[in-house]
Amino acid sequence: MSTFTTSPDISFGAYRVWQRNRDVLLQLWKSEFVAQLLEPVVVILALGIGLGRFVELDSGEEYAAFLAPGLIAMFPMFAAVFECAWGSYVRLEMQGTYRAIVATPVSVDDVITGEILWGTTRSVMNASYILLVATVLTPWLHMVDSPWAVLIIPISAVPGVLFSAISICFASIARAMSQFSYFFNLVINPMFWFGGAFFPFDQLPQWARILAWFIPLSHVVSLYRGLIDGDLRWGLMADFAWITVAAGVFYWLALAGMRRRLVE
Amino acid sequence: MSTNPVEAIDIVKRYGSFTAVDGISFVVRDGECFGFLGPNGAGKSTTLKMISCTSPVTEGRLTVAGLDVGRDARAVKSRLGIVPQDDNLDPDLSVRKNLEVYARYYGLSAKQAGPQIDEALSLFQLSERARDRVDDLSGGMKRRLAISRALVHEPQILMLDEPTTGLDLQARHLVWQKLRLLKARGVTMILTTHYMDEAAHLCDRLVIMHRGTILTEGRPRDLVEEHSGGSVLELRMDAIEREPFLAEVGGIDGVAVEEVEDIVYVFGAGDVSARIAERVSDPNRAFMRPGNLEDVFLRLTGRGLLD
Repeated sequence: MSTFTTSPDISFGAYRVWQRNRDVLLQLWKSEFVAQLLEPVVVILALGIGLGRFVELDSGEEYAAFLAPGLIAMFPMFAAVFECAWGSYVRLEMQGTYRAIVATPVSVDDVITGEILWGTTRSVMNASYILLVATVLTPWLHMVDSPWAVLIIPISAVPGVLFSAISICFASIARAMSQFSYFFNLVINPMFWFGGAFFPFDQLPQWARILAWFIPLSHVVSLYRGLIDGDLRWGLMADFAWITVAAGVFYWLALAGMRRRLVE
Repeated sequence: MSTNPVEAIDIVKRYGSFTAVDGISFVVRDGECFGFLGPNGAGKSTTLKMISCTSPVTEGRLTVAGLDVGRDARAVKSRLGIVPQDDNLDPDLSVRKNLEVYARYYGLSAKQAGPQIDEALSLFQLSERARDRVDDLSGGMKRRLAISRALVHEPQILMLDEPTTGLDLQARHLVWQKLRLLKARGVTMILTTHYMDEAAHLCDRLVIMHRGTILTEGRPRDLVEEHSGGSVLELRMDAIEREPFLAEVGGIDGVAVEEVEDIVYVFGAGDVSARIAERVSDPNRAFMRPGNLEDVFLRLTGRGLLD
């Protein structure tokens, strides 16, 4: 099918789309930001301190410290999903925003690339913020052990692209808003619980570990865990490669899916 | 290479096995208002989408300012100002911000586009609403904002898809007034409509479309003259009355009759029309009026524009 084989038609227009989303955020920042700043703090306190009291890990690590990389991987995933699944669908179908934009010199590929860049931006902002919170709380909760953790900030762009692109893929095939509950319940929610954020994989049976390999979030958590603990090993490169390749594949699918949807 | 704003030669648009536009040709000239008149589903909007590069042409050749719509989509789109049928204004942004963000898609910064934006807002009487949310505007204001939005990058051609559909009479007249103003300034315009009065009001030339083809082309007044013969007699009559009437009137030389629902239209009756009207038992059910574009469509297809 031609939608899959056409080479991407990307220009500066992608940045224009990114700017549009930035301008919207700047207009709505009060309602958008404040609530989001609180959520990770609440979760760290509830799970790290509250639940953590009752959890004893084999590694001897405190539960809050174990939880940190998962939270830094997970909240940005939600940020990307929120922007590029629901957000994109609203802009695609309810508001007609995409159709208005592709009538200008901005191409479909520009629109999707701009949207993914925006989801990625929100992801990186989110990851940076939670890393900051975790670092501030480190004297008490020992969440961040290594200065290598700062690498998470630039690296978080790659899972940002991945989760944004996965979300756009779903938005491109969705026919109604209600279908997003499938996406959430069958894709995002399992990823959230089984992505390696809440419990370690090492003691799980072989089949579960194999299954976990296919979960995108598990590689992000594993990579961040290595950086936060200062435990640098080749496996981290493998995780990074997995995320990068998957990001590329889903980006391609997102372009193809939206071309199919928007080019009549 | 042609320099006409738009030239179409035998363009076809197929969706699977359905043919939406079936080999039409037309030329839009510089500075004119060119109309596509026809009922819903005639292929007007599809034609507009092909010109604006949002729907690829299946067959044929379509150029805008000499540029091929398939090969030079970005260059073509930068020359067009699009007013879509559904106001897809950006509800996340204020009125003014809508124009700024849109100008940016054409590569203009808010600063560069500033004077154009101010002018468009004042021309369309929206200056006082510049900081309001789009959702707070009335339908007529939204449509005016959509037209303003299409003008901020100073396009060569303004394209309007059903510019007054869904507006009340007052809002509609205001939009028409603004469009006439733009026309007087020499803006080339292409519009689609299924309102014959809109087409007659605004268009210098138009084509009448039906089922993906062009039935006829010309200046509104010439078309009306040619197909309706100047005046039309409208008669409401029941089936019993109708049969002998049709048999008699249909035979008169130069007179044509069309039936739509419960109305019988008599064209080209001229001076015999008064005699024909007398034949109707209730004079309140006979009505003589000047011909219009709706009659042209009726003559060509045997059915009404609005169904």
